[in-house]
Amino acid sequence: MTAIVDPALAADARRERRFFLSLSLPALFIVGLAAILPILWIIRQSFLTTGGEYTVGNYEKVLSSGLTWSALLTTLELSLGTLVICILLGTPLALALASARPRVANLLMAFVMLPLWTSILVRTYGWLVLLRRDGLINAALTGSGLTAEPLPLVYNFTGTLIGMVHYMLPLFLLPVYAAMRDIDANLVRAAASMGATLGHVIRTVILPLSAGGIFSGSMIVFIYTIGFFITPAVLGGGKVNPLSIRIERTLSTFQDWGSASVLGILLLVLMALIGVMFLAARRLMARNKVGAAHA
Amino acid sequence: MKSLPITIDSVSKAYGAYVALDDVSLDVQAGEFLTLLGPSGSGKTTLLMALAGFVRPDSGKLLLGDRDVTRLAPNKRDIGIVFQNYALFPHMSVLANVEYPLALRKTPKAEARQRALDTLARVKLEGLSERNIAALSGGQRQRVALARAIVFEPRVMLMDEPLSALDKNLRETMQYEIRRLHDDLGITTIYVTHDQREALTMSDRVAVMNSGRIQQIDTPQRIYDRPSTRFVAEFMGEANIVPPGSVRRVDGADASRETVMIRAESLHLDAKLVGRNGVALEGILRAKAFRGENWLLTLALDGGQEVLVCIPAALAGGCAELVVGQRVTAYAPAEKVHAIPGAIA
Repeated sequence: MTAIVDPALAADARRERRFFLSLSLPALFIVGLAAILPILWIIRQSFLTTGGEYTVGNYEKVLSSGLTWSALLTTLELSLGTLVICILLGTPLALALASARPRVANLLMAFVMLPLWTSILVRTYGWLVLLRRDGLINAALTGSGLTAEPLPLVYNFTGTLIGMVHYMLPLFLLPVYAAMRDIDANLVRAAASMGATLGHVIRTVILPLSAGGIFSGSMIVFIYTIGFFITPAVLGGGKVNPLSIRIERTLSTFQDWGSASVLGILLLVLMALIGVMFLAARRLMARNKVGAAHA
Repeated sequence: MKSLPITIDSVSKAYGAYVALDDVSLDVQAGEFLTLLGPSGSGKTTLLMALAGFVRPDSGKLLLGDRDVTRLAPNKRDIGIVFQNYALFPHMSVLANVEYPLALRKTPKAEARQRALDTLARVKLEGLSERNIAALSGGQRQRVALARAIVFEPRVMLMDEPLSALDKNLRETMQYEIRRLHDDLGITTIYVTHDQREALTMSDRVAVMNSGRIQQIDTPQRIYDRPSTRFVAEFMGEANIVPPGSVRRVDGADASRETVMIRAESLHLDAKLVGRNGVALEGILRAKAFRGENWLLTLALDGGQEVLVCIPAALAGGCAELVVGQRVTAYAPAEKVHAIPGAIA
């Protein structure tokens, strides 16, 4: 939109801006209704006893419980694990997609996106079929004699991690792929003409220029996985208990709305902290952009 | 610094049914400045990219000196390239961009820095070494791209329309500077452009390309005055292609029986300017336009053929009085009448 200098037109410009701002009202209304209000309700709930009296007992009970801290640890382990695997698998994959010819890239992209079009529950049970003791993978492993005993691939941390990576990989891939695709092909050619091998090109040109995308992808992975419920519930077999599972358990087993609310707030604070950390790191990165050059 | 000759030997390249290079052969001498000139799609950039190693020819050979580089990877060719959009690394400073090729060659850090700074001074960018690429003007980016291409002392340099993004004045300054840089360093240079004036101004020789073939390779003057095909004649400037019957000798001798080319600015209205063996063209004035430094007249010859006449303002005494519709005779000196073999007007 162009800058308007004529003061006679300034009023028009203001009206126009107000109109465009007003377009966000329906969305703001829904966010307010569906996000802000419940959060306020949970905060209130966390300070009430089951009898409805004001208390800080819920906080004392939850924060002094070892189960809470081990759940927090599990949550972080799952998120970090998913993130690391997503970076290790997703970055090369994005590079392959970005350097493939458009037709091939579109086809591969369709495969990558396919999981996103399927219900998470279906996918999670799909993994169960594959990873069970008598599942396809173990049948193949023992059948071919590669392993004598079936491997414990599910109802544990490994299985949960596999399911979470499967869910998050496309979401991580998209921003990384977009960033890599936007890199001018002539930059790669220029580097090669000056003597850079493919490894140099990736290290000194492609990765630095797609750092923003990797960053966004990482943030998406972290924020999503912090609150994951279905995957650990189905593939964790009761042995993997992140905060989300503890919340559900607190509600379904003990009907303890106060403690569940405290746990919810804990999750919320964790997300906010990680968000702030990411944003701070990104700002730092932007500031140090110039000067990071030597091959 | 020793520069290398370039040999392009019967190189062809097709993309499906589209022939980008059709049996192109070309010898560039060591230290020469040669321009590939042609309209878009003529194959000039494909040829340049084949030399750089980014396009593999279907057949033919490319040699730098005696070394066959047809199948050599781009990063092993030691060629300095200036890209059309500069292709500077946006995440590095000016200095880091120029140091990049030296860092790849494991040049000691202090030496690399000194050489990069010297090269930046050579392209008149002293004091900008710590700048971010985004903070530079188009002309400054162009200079960084040049510095980066010459800092590692390549023995061959390729330039792909490096000035096309600059405005006219800057373009002319840079033409002069690139040529001066070439003369200082003596690097064999192949320069690609679609701007015929740029090609004429800068080059030792010009190769005019069209539909994947080289039409003519010659000095700028011969390309302009003695085009070998109609395409070259018309691509290089206002060319009047005149059929045999429309030209007569001023002295009454028999005129040429061939189709000839006469440049618009070789035609005069004053017979005294062309000598007794000059030629005359007669026609009706269709239009006249004053263009500042010259007048442009359009004559319709008796055969219906239109001819452009460009008269420098300094010599255009009578032009203002000419009336559209009147009969006009234009004269050209014999040496400016160039027969184009096989051309039909």
